[in-house]
Amino acid sequence: MFWDDKMTTDLEKVKEVLGPKKQFVHGDTAVCYGALLAGCDFYGGYPITPASEIAEMIASLMPKVGGVNIQMEDEIASMASIIGASWTGAKVMTATSGPGFSLMQENIGFAYMSETPAVVVNVQRSGPSTGQPTLGAEGDMMQARYGSHGDYQSITLSPNTIQETLEFTIKAFNLAEEYRSPVFLMISADLGHMREMITIPDEVDLVYRKTPKVPPEEYVPFGKGKYGKEKVPEFAPFGTGYRTYVTGLTHNEFGFPATDDQQDHDKLIRRQIEKITDDREKLTDIEERMMDDAEIALVSYGIASRSALGALKIARDQGKKVGYFRLKTIWPFPKKKINELSQKVDKIVVPEMNTGHVYHRVKEYADCEVKLVSKIGGEIISPKEILEEV
Amino acid sequence: MADKNEVDVIDGKQLQDKYLREEMMPHIFCNGCGLGNVLDYVLWAVEKEGLDLDKTVFLSGIGCSSRIPGYINADALHTTHGRALAFATGVKMANPDLNVIVFTGDGDCIGIGGNHFIHALRRNLDITVIAVNNYIYGMTGGQVAPTTPEGHIGTTAPYGNIEPPFDMCEMAKAAGATYVARWPVFRPHQPINSIREGIRNKGLSFIEMMSPCTTAYGRRNRFRKIEDLWAFYEDKTILIEEYDKIDRFGTEEEKEELDDKIKIGVFKRSTRKPLEERYRDLLEEFK
Amino acid sequence: MIEVNEDYCKGCNLCILYCPRDALVESEELNKKGVHPPVEVEDRCNGCRLCELICPDFAIVVVEDDRLPKMKRTKKCSGMIK
Ligand SMILES: Cc1ncc(C[n+]2csc(CCOP(=O)(O)OP(=O)(O)O)c2C)c(N)n1
Repeated sequence: MFWDDKMTTDLEKVKEVLGPKKQFVHGDTAVCYGALLAGCDFYGGYPITPASEIAEMIASLMPKVGGVNIQMEDEIASMASIIGASWTGAKVMTATSGPGFSLMQENIGFAYMSETPAVVVNVQRSGPSTGQPTLGAEGDMMQARYGSHGDYQSITLSPNTIQETLEFTIKAFNLAEEYRSPVFLMISADLGHMREMITIPDEVDLVYRKTPKVPPEEYVPFGKGKYGKEKVPEFAPFGTGYRTYVTGLTHNEFGFPATDDQQDHDKLIRRQIEKITDDREKLTDIEERMMDDAEIALVSYGIASRSALGALKIARDQGKKVGYFRLKTIWPFPKKKINELSQKVDKIVVPEMNTGHVYHRVKEYADCEVKLVSKIGGEIISPKEILEEV
Repeated sequence: MADKNEVDVIDGKQLQDKYLREEMMPHIFCNGCGLGNVLDYVLWAVEKEGLDLDKTVFLSGIGCSSRIPGYINADALHTTHGRALAFATGVKMANPDLNVIVFTGDGDCIGIGGNHFIHALRRNLDITVIAVNNYIYGMTGGQVAPTTPEGHIGTTAPYGNIEPPFDMCEMAKAAGATYVARWPVFRPHQPINSIREGIRNKGLSFIEMMSPCTTAYGRRNRFRKIEDLWAFYEDKTILIEEYDKIDRFGTEEEKEELDDKIKIGVFKRSTRKPLEERYRDLLEEFK
Repeated sequence: MIEVNEDYCKGCNLCILYCPRDALVESEELNKKGVHPPVEVEDRCNGCRLCELICPDFAIVVVEDDRLPKMKRTKKCSGMIK
């Protein structure tokens, strides 16, 4: 029961609430299931197509597992509320689509600065602005990387099946807790509203943020981590006697404003970035198929990768040496893996549901020819369109 | 209401030792600014109400007034401009056992944070909101705020403000706060008692503190000296009880004078179930 | 006795203005900030603490001592500038 104890999750209870082990559900539902399995205690959101189903399902499930759901007045407030809740030790999530994601950027920046664990789900639709509310896109990938102002390192996951959406939601929670950072789960409207068979896992590995074990006098809230990663300080939830001052201003190790000193800022921001980039290889998650003899690699992610898989089959049937290389983690960018890949193949093709967000990153690290297959407007790229570049 | 003299139970030195982060003192507020007083009065109220500092969270937005929690030796969340109440909603809903006190400025509260403000009032969480009104955007150097009186000078209204101002207390009353009061900083005892009452009140308590901004406001509006601005606040304010008396029994002349007075006092006391308790009831249904 | 923390004083003089008993005056000395912090005038303080509360800078503390056996609260300290 959340209000009694935040640092545990009653998995049996959650499974009982979720129902049958096998279910035919859409991506938005899978996000909710994943969140509850991960021990999400608090959801603050605002309705938006195509993510409203997440808010609706959470509203019906949350009270059953003793968690908190609140519909805020807008997405600025949604993001604010989950950060506030996270500081009481709760595992928190919000979900939205492009227009709401734009509004959240202000407090996403605050979450980076204050190193607050939080999961933000973006069920992407076409933009800019109101765009095509009901149609899918993956045009917010760069916003997930650079959307807020200033320097920070984002962790962004991109699943391509409904089962994976469930699993990655759990993973997003674990990474948020492990790195004390916001984590983005990016799916497209297509995935959000598409139904597939899922299996609710019997066991889940859950991570909880590390709390200090030293007495309050010795606790350094934004200093070196003692029990886990050195660059991830321990987290003392509000109300536990550690009396932490949390600010969005540049702060010193003790959390107090240090806004005039170049060194203080440099040290703080570089630590916050490095705590994630130091683990770039560990965070890199790639699915490869038929890459052994491939001369052309289809580097894809998200919904477009399903078309890439179709293109792979057709190309191989035609005897072309094509391979499939799918990024499951977009940020931090797997630059080493991409560079190694470019040494092996002659050409990389990047199909994307935008005008080339990840393509440019691939080009930056690849030593071979890189081609973009871009499609916008709410229709998924077809395998045929990808094959034109093969 | 508590006895005025209770304030003398422990002295100011003990208060400072118990509540202030000594390493942060002296504070950054300008000479003659009332923010230090607001901090002092809140600390007395917290002391008198016996709040456990380990279980009390202070939140704030951005602005001079929002720097207050930095001086208090307790958990604090110094958030983004205008959003403190949205953060506070998360804190209180996620852990209703925590006492939540929010500091906000006039621009922070009803300018950029206006929407969060009215929705926090509507939800009526059991939190205490101290809105420090200096009638100007202080931290950014004296631009007009939604509270700046008509005709007054701000850097972005060099020829005088032509917009009508907001009355935060009227808004708080209308949108559903369960306790609403306004006090100027030059009367220490009434605000201390009022903040105490606010803390005790089960629901959102809104206390507006009129606090002179000597640097960004006073200098531009004919109040060259600190005491002139403080005296102006005294001349301008009238107790709500007195106001009502004149309004009912006063002469025409006296009534006319009321026009440019600012009412101070306790404007509203009521009861309404706070949101976190409504949510608790909902959870009970699923137990 | 009125104790003044000179390091905290910014020199607003509000304590001097608000004291109902004229128990404080500007001192001759300059502090680090270059202002004259207040000093107590002998035998005037009645211990009402208004200066302590009105000081925006936490620079004043009124402590009860032997010199002030009859520390009475006066009705006059309503907080109005005289
Ligand atoms: C999103 C955003 N817009 C603008 C600012 C700049 N800003 C900082 S403080 C402030 C004014 C604060 O005024 P008020 O809330 O009245 O507080 P005061 O400083 O007067 O106490 C502004 C506009 C900001 N920090 N963030």
